[in-house]
Parts: sequence; structure tokens; C-alpha cells
Amino acid sequence: MEVFLQQLINGITLGSIYGLIAIGYTMVFGIIGMVNFSHGDVFMTSAFFALIFLLVLTTVFGMSSMILALIIVLVIAMVLTSLLSWAIERIAYRPLRGSFRLAPLISAIGMSIVLSNFVQVAQGPRNKPIPPIFSGGFEVMNSNNFAVTLSYKQMMIWIVTAVLLVAFWYIVQKTPLGRAQRACEQDRKMAALLGINVDRTISLTFVMGAALAAVAGTLYLSYYGVVNFSDGFVPGVKAFTAAVLGGIGSLPGAVIGGLLIGLIETFWSGYFSIDYKDVAAFSILAIVLIFMPQGLLGRPEVEKV
Amino acid sequence: MAAEDTASKHGPDIAAAVKDALLSGVVALALFGPLVGLRTEQNMRNELVIQGRWGLVAAIVAVIVIGRFLILTLVAPALAQHRNRAAARPEHPSALRQALGKWFAPASIAFLFLYPVLIVSLLGFQGSLKWVDNFGIQILIYVMLGWGLNIVVGLAGLLDLGYVAFYAVGAYSYALLSSHFGLSFWILLPMAGIFAALWGIMLGFPVLRLRGDYLAIVTLAFGEIIRLVLINWRELTNGSAGISSIPKVTLFGIRFDASPDGFAKMFELPLSSAYYKIFLYYLILLLALLTAFVTIRLRKLPVGRAWEALREDEIACRSLGINTTNTKLTAFALGALFAGFAGSFFAARQGFVSPESFTFMESAIIVAIVVLGGMGSMVGVALAAVAMIGGTELLRELAFLKAIFGDNFNPDQFRMLIFGLAMVGIMIWKPRGFVSSREPTIFLAEKKAISGSLVKEGHG
Repeated sequence: MEVFLQQLINGITLGSIYGLIAIGYTMVFGIIGMVNFSHGDVFMTSAFFALIFLLVLTTVFGMSSMILALIIVLVIAMVLTSLLSWAIERIAYRPLRGSFRLAPLISAIGMSIVLSNFVQVAQGPRNKPIPPIFSGGFEVMNSNNFAVTLSYKQMMIWIVTAVLLVAFWYIVQKTPLGRAQRACEQDRKMAALLGINVDRTISLTFVMGAALAAVAGTLYLSYYGVVNFSDGFVPGVKAFTAAVLGGIGSLPGAVIGGLLIGLIETFWSGYFSIDYKDVAAFSILAIVLIFMPQGLLGRPEVEKV
Repeated sequence: MAAEDTASKHGPDIAAAVKDALLSGVVALALFGPLVGLRTEQNMRNELVIQGRWGLVAAIVAVIVIGRFLILTLVAPALAQHRNRAAARPEHPSALRQALGKWFAPASIAFLFLYPVLIVSLLGFQGSLKWVDNFGIQILIYVMLGWGLNIVVGLAGLLDLGYVAFYAVGAYSYALLSSHFGLSFWILLPMAGIFAALWGIMLGFPVLRLRGDYLAIVTLAFGEIIRLVLINWRELTNGSAGISSIPKVTLFGIRFDASPDGFAKMFELPLSSAYYKIFLYYLILLLALLTAFVTIRLRKLPVGRAWEALREDEIACRSLGINTTNTKLTAFALGALFAGFAGSFFAARQGFVSPESFTFMESAIIVAIVVLGGMGSMVGVALAAVAMIGGTELLRELAFLKAIFGDNFNPDQFRMLIFGLAMVGIMIWKPRGFVSSREPTIFLAEKKAISGSLVKEGHG
């Protein structure tokens, strides 16, 4: 029971991070039907932005309040990552819109290679550890000498994720931008005829996905305390799995999928084998796509001639 | 886009170009500033500290601003003019182009057979090692993998991002069976191919119903699963440490070593490792040509035509009574078969295999070669392999750059970065790949080249 509870807490934390990344995949897929393969590496780059500015704030400016530093870092990382994603869309994906369908996917794979290798060249191939930002936590339960703890870091991740998801849900459901996005998702040509700036809407979709990936990146850095240039691929694939599991194109689906993948991964490593945890995630991806391609909350795809 | 249109009519719009270039500069400064300008380094106490590199940032931003300005004012108008002229001209390939198309393939095959002779006569046996091994063999392995994957992606239109898994199956089959049972390469080569083909069918079966992007992601997942199992199943595969001292290939029982009945002693030649490399070169050349030959012949058979029909329209295919299950499985199995051959060759050549050689990156490189080559065009795939693999191998040779950028400069680390940039760049420049027109396999009365933009990619 204690192990179960602890794994539940860890799983939700990990799942929140996956969910935040998964939203980027699901939105882009929803609006232009493309698997944004470089999204995982955008997430990794955002963690590097966070790392760099955290170091600048703490070592160069000598800021002592960690919470304030973290908030500033989060904002900077969100802005820069959004800019990065905007530039990538502009350079690598927009010229290929309307080209044959594999072209954007290949371009995205190329961009993913570019991002991870660029960060490797610019920042070096080693792991980048930071001192723990803050430690401590609640003891939720203590029996048989096994203390179930909910650390402050985990609480911070839960709260930040929840707040951002609500804000995000509000943007998509209630603002003109969200309406434009949903219109483009349904019928891009019709939306353009009705006066929606489709290019701008697509750009903003990339920007929003990247901003959430930046939140995930900052939280990832502060949770694990280490980041490496190759950290984009596996979380990226897992987040994509989450998006597919939840039903690609569906925002609540992405979050639920993220939480499920996080829980499955932690329970798998807790009860079975830590070596095979990635195998478990990849197997789920394959099984879901084969037997339930529309996901949990997605609409079944209708085949038209 | 709007700027381009006006530019083609009234000459370049300098003010707009300046504005655009400055904007790119601001974006570049914001992105490269932190990532390049503030390098995180570990100091003696294992703490990260920031090192400023603002000169480098300034250089990068300047290059981007000036480059963007030149593109907008000079390159884009020239391109637009060229396009207009090309559009005005009726499409008639010149006699030179036609002759080139006809003679290119036989001429390059002849060149490939003569290549080691040429290199050896120019540089001697020791000097030839690098050029035969790093360039010849390395490129030919990727040509073969590209042609093998071309069956799956280019002909049947099934995007497979886990192709490297079959390559791994071939490599590990040879590595394990030869080191445990001492079987010869010539027995294991077909066996490795068959094992890989079986895996192709096993993995192909569940994914038959999937289409396009989903298929790509599931095959990616399978590729990663196989790699992770190779890492974690330590009893069989020795984990990440890999399997070393894999037996070499023999030529009719003649070994390429210093033993009395080895190749060099037998023909009374001075000892050199170059003979073995040249032998391997011809071996992979023949294997690659076998792949090409089988593909070309299969395209004329019903199954090959069914692949191409499947790529163009799966629903039409079904309506005409083609068994799509069998068609897809044969494509998967044949593609995997050739990957298995290439894998066993790879294991024999390296003498060492580890899961590191079979990462997703390898799959991405092979897919890139096929797509950049023009999906379905054999010559295009070969050209793409030469350009991408040969080009990145060349980077290892650029030692003179150290003289310019200082001793810490290592061109090798930019290999994959440039590879990725080339992938994006070529996709934008020529989304249909290098060779974007192809000859139809079957035709009525007159043979006409089909433009790549008329050929749909698969939805399988």
C-alpha cells in the first residue's frame, strides 16, 4: 500500500510533465495533421534555456530567493522556447505545407537532429547537474518504517501544471484565438474564407505548444536536477504516446494520456523491472495504435475516397 | 511570400529586406545568445559556471543578418526569374539530359568496380585503406540499406522508421551464431537475411491496418523495443558492452590474416590489411547490386506492380481485388531480408556489434536517404547516400580547418548537425528528392517520365 501510494505520487508528477509535452503534439497534429517530431527536442532545449538562466540569476546576479528565480526562469524559458518553435515552424515546416505528406515529417526529423546536435555542440555533451532548488516535503503516511512523502518539488509540479492547464483550457475554449484554432482544425480552407488568418493561427499553435513544453522543461530540470542534450528523444516519444493514447487532437485526452503513461511507467519500474520501463512505454504505444487508433477520447477517423 | 512577388516584378525591395533581415537578427540573437553565448561548464568543484562567448554570438548573428539580406535581395529574385523562365519553356529534356539518364547507371556501376583499382594505383595499398573502407564500404552499406528500405517506403509507400531493427537482427544473428557455433559467413548470410525477414513479417503483421504517420510511429516503437531488449538481455547479447571478436569473412576458405595459409602468404604478397578491405568492398558492392537487381526485376512482376498500386491508392487496390495483406507483408519481408544481409555484413566487417550502432538515428538516416533520393528512384537513393554519408565522412578529413579556428576545433562534432541541416534544406529546396521524375514500370504505347509531383506517396 505504501509503495503503491508513493509510486502513485511519483507517477502523477512524471505524468504531468508528459501531459504538458503531449499537448504540443496533439494541438499541432490536430491543426495541420503532422507529427511534430522535433517537439521532444524543443522540450530539451527549453530545459537548457532554464538551466542557463537559472545559473545566470544565481551565480552572476546572486539571487537568493529560489522561488522568485524559478518564476523568472520559467517566464524567460517560455518566451525563448516559443520564439524557437515559431522560428522552426517558419523555416522548416511552413514552406512544406501543401507539399506531399511525408515532407514535413522528414523535415521535422531533420530539425530534431539539428536541435539535439546544436545543443551538444554549443553546450557540450556532458550531463549538466544543478544543486537541488529546494528540498523537503510532507510525510503523507508512515507505516512499517516506510514513509510516503510528497516533496515540495512534486507539489510545485502539480500546482504549476494544474494552473497552466486551466489557463490553457480557457484560451482554447473562450478566446477568439481558441475559436480560430478550432475552426482551422475542422476545415482550414473554410476558416480562411471566413477571414481567419490561418498562417498566424498555425504559428500561434506552435507557440502555445512550445510554451507548455518550456514549462515541462523547467519542471523537468528542477525535478531531476540534471539535463543532457539527448534528453529530448525518449520523453518526446513518451509524450507522443500519451497524445495518441488520449486520442490525438483531444486536449483533455493528452493530459489523461500523459498521466496514464507516467503512472504505467512508475508502476512498471516499481513492481516489475526498471530496465524494461521504456520497453513498456513503447509497447503501449504500439498496442494502442494497433488496437485503438482513435485513442481514449479521440474521434474515429473516417476514410474517404 | 508577398515580398517575393513584388521583388520579381520591380526588383528587390531594399527597405523590406533590411527590415526582414534585422528581424531575423533579433530572433537569432535571442536564440543563439543564451545557447551559444552562455556556455555552461563544470569547474573544479563540479559546479556549473557560465562562460561568455559573445564574439561567437556576434559572428553568428552577423552571418544570419547578412545572409538573410542577400537571400532576399539577390537569391530570391534570381530564383523567381529562373522559375518564370522554366515555366515559360515547354518541358523537353535536352539530348544531354536524356543521354545522361541512359548512361549514368551503367557508367557508375563500372566506376564502382574500378574504384579500388583506381585508388590503389593512385595511393598504394596502405594509402587506399581509408578511401576504400571509410568511403567505399561505408557508403555502399547505406546504399544497400537505402535500396532495401526503398522497397518498403519508395515502392509500397509504407513509412518504416524502425528499419534499423532488421539491420540489428541480421548483425546479431551473424555475431551470435558465428561466435557460438563457428558457422561460416556464407552460411549465415542467407540465414541472417531469413531471420530478419521473419522479424519483418512478425512486426509487419500487427501494423497492417495502420496508415501513414501512425505506421511510422509504431515501426519506430518496434525499432526502439528491439534495441532496448538488446541492451537489457545481458545473458544473450552482453548488453551495452556488445559482442566483440566476431569471425571475419573468408574467401573460399582462405583467411585474410598472417597465417601460413592466409591470403597474403598464399599469393606471396606482402602483408597488408588492404586486401581484406578491398575484398569486403567487392562483397558489399555485389550485395548492393543484388538488392538493386531483385528490386528492378520484382517491379515487373505482379507483386511489384501491386506495391506501386498500393502506394498510389490503397482503396482502389482493394477494390481491384489485390490482397493488400500479402502485398504489404512481402514488402516488409523483402525490405527486412536485405537489411538482414547488410546487418550480417556489418557485423563481419566491424568484428564488433553493440546496441549503440542501431539507434533511431540510423533509421532516420536511412529514411532520409530514401526520401531525399526521391522515393522509388534507385539512382536517386544511391546519389543521396553518396551525398549524405560521403559528405559527412568528408568532414572528418577537414583537418585544415583547425588552422583557421584553432586547435580545439573538431569538425567531426558538426557531422550530425550538418546532416540534419541538409535534411531540412533539401526537403525545402526539393521536397520530391534529388531524382524527382521516374519512369513508369508499365506503360501504354509510349514511355514518358512521370514528374514526382504527380506521384502520390503511400497512405498504407
